[in-house]
Amino acid sequence: MSKTLYDKIWEQHVVHDFDDGSSLIYIDRHLVHEVTSPQAFDGIGREGRVLWNRDSILAVADHNVPTTSRNDRVTDDEARIQLETLEANCQSYNLRYFGPHDKAQGIVHIIGPEQGFTLPGVTLVCGDSHTSTHGAFGALAFGIGTSEIEQVFATQCLTLRKSKNMRIWINGVLPVGVTAKDVVLHIISVIGIAGGTGHVIEYAGPVVDRMSMEGRMTLCNMSIEAGARAGLIAPDETTFSYLKGRPFSPREQMWDKAVAFWRDLKSDADARFDQEIRINAADIAPYVTWGTNPEMGCAITQRIPNPELIQDGIQRASIQRALAYMGLEGGMPVDGIPVDQVFIGSCTNARLEDLRAAAQIAKGRRRAANVKRVLVVPGSGLVKEAAEREGLDRIFIESGFEWREPGCSMCLAMNADRLEPGERCASTSNRNFEGRQGRDGRTHLMSPAMAAAAAVAGHITDVRRFEKGVA
Amino acid sequence: MQKFTTLTAQAAYMPIANIDTDMIIPKQYLKTITRSGLGKWLFAAMRYDAHGKEIPDFILNANPQAQILLAGENFGCGSSREHAPWALTDFGIRAVIAPGFADIFYNNCFKNGLLPVRLPKEAIAELAESKQDIQINLKEQAVICGNRRFDFDIEPNNKAALLNGLDAIEPVLAMRSEIKKFEAAHFARQPWLKVGG
Ligand code: SF4
Repeated sequence: MSKTLYDKIWEQHVVHDFDDGSSLIYIDRHLVHEVTSPQAFDGIGREGRVLWNRDSILAVADHNVPTTSRNDRVTDDEARIQLETLEANCQSYNLRYFGPHDKAQGIVHIIGPEQGFTLPGVTLVCGDSHTSTHGAFGALAFGIGTSEIEQVFATQCLTLRKSKNMRIWINGVLPVGVTAKDVVLHIISVIGIAGGTGHVIEYAGPVVDRMSMEGRMTLCNMSIEAGARAGLIAPDETTFSYLKGRPFSPREQMWDKAVAFWRDLKSDADARFDQEIRINAADIAPYVTWGTNPEMGCAITQRIPNPELIQDGIQRASIQRALAYMGLEGGMPVDGIPVDQVFIGSCTNARLEDLRAAAQIAKGRRRAANVKRVLVVPGSGLVKEAAEREGLDRIFIESGFEWREPGCSMCLAMNADRLEPGERCASTSNRNFEGRQGRDGRTHLMSPAMAAAAAVAGHITDVRRFEKGVA
Repeated sequence: MQKFTTLTAQAAYMPIANIDTDMIIPKQYLKTITRSGLGKWLFAAMRYDAHGKEIPDFILNANPQAQILLAGENFGCGSSREHAPWALTDFGIRAVIAPGFADIFYNNCFKNGLLPVRLPKEAIAELAESKQDIQINLKEQAVICGNRRFDFDIEPNNKAALLNGLDAIEPVLAMRSEIKKFEAAHFARQPWLKVGG
């Protein structure tokens, strides 16, 4: 019988099928960070259990680290204890750990691929919902809770029920100024933030085939914002050339063997999906969210919907609530909304390609006077180093942007980087939930180029104006 | 883990769709290294004003006895933080009834003795209107309120986990030899999967 890519990876990892329809699935790779792991380590210690395979684990400090100088003491006691706890746990269990002073440190979903720890065909988990990012490599990757972290530590397995298959086929060629971020925001607004619930989404079609690994990671990263268990893209030459020579990638004959195996990791031509969605690239424009979840967005050329015209009571109330929170009104155009801060970073958009796109807009321009701060936070120490080699840091600094140390930063504002109440932010991150970037902070999600354009214009604007050289 | 068999309790209605994990437990309370004490910060941004004072209108301030939460579509979307079910159970909530749940949150519930029940939104509106105590019988898979009864679906393994209050790890460890056997064959097929040789 013909199979999807998801079917194949699933089958390759079934240890046992139970009578009740669930299965015991073997986990190859486990990423760990400071926020969701302490209670899991604690449980292992309390029960006197051992780790099944410590080599399958890679730990990193990212959510709470300061992005100012790495020598700054973490003044928030609770955050510091959490960071120290991770370090102590990594020491006592003898785990691979990238601490704040390690050059390879960075956001967990950026360093996994960067280190070649993420490989096609693996099952990969992390106590973090954006683990879906790694699906860009054809890995079955998904977020888990702390109890499940503990279970993977102890057994290398999870008891799961198989999800359904969805394919999103993206046809055509992306218009100028439209990036992977715009594609995924567009998709979420089409299928809704619960549209992918219970499914693994495979992205395919000419647009995906031509997309860089960076773009594919952005696409898969936000699969969780459509509610999907995971995102997947079949590995191809682009995947292989990204992975070749990375620290944990297989080498020499082992590499050749692996690539030969990986070439078969794709959905059969006649594979059946529970849901198929087709998207036309030509329909996608630079995208901006106006509300408090990622589905509440529109093209930069459009207006915010008028809640009065919405029939469904709960939906109308949700939009009204979102607009009140955001300080906006139905019917307003999104183009022209002034911003107070800009955040360029996160596991969605803090890789080299993203920083290049932002720098291209920033180059030779200045932060607008009404914009209090523009944070540029590279996704990892290696991204930072590469960006500096190209002089991107100079471009940002000359434009009045701040060039920071890597970490999650204002994506969730657990460290000192956050919005003040009522402040409005153009952000390249992935969530615009109430309070996400600081209590009563207002977040507009967009691509790195769009965020840079907002920084220099002082308001949300169409990046294509810049690309035509008009602004 | 605490078992869940039957529960008769008051319900609090939050008629909001997409209640996300940042709402349930904002990130500033994730800096803990334990599982306990999070109930105080459940829905913190909605429950307290900027000065930390309780907002009397908020449903859980008005009805702190509630052990059942009635909510809109896609409850628990967002992050994987198990702090969300920890905060709910620490507050005293034992069941959430919604038309749908986000996958990771849904799975996390069963590790914490919290029952997520899927019912159509019309049924939830009816439950909310009745203002009576609601009875949930997990074994029978039924929600009963006055003379109304709503049956719900639940996966057999999840139901068993709650009914028995089972530890999830021990039964898997009992399959050690089967896992070892799988592992050996898996690494033989894909030898590059073995990190560090
Ligand atoms: S960058 Fe944001 S979404 Fe990504 S792992 Fe960090 S906090 Fe989570």
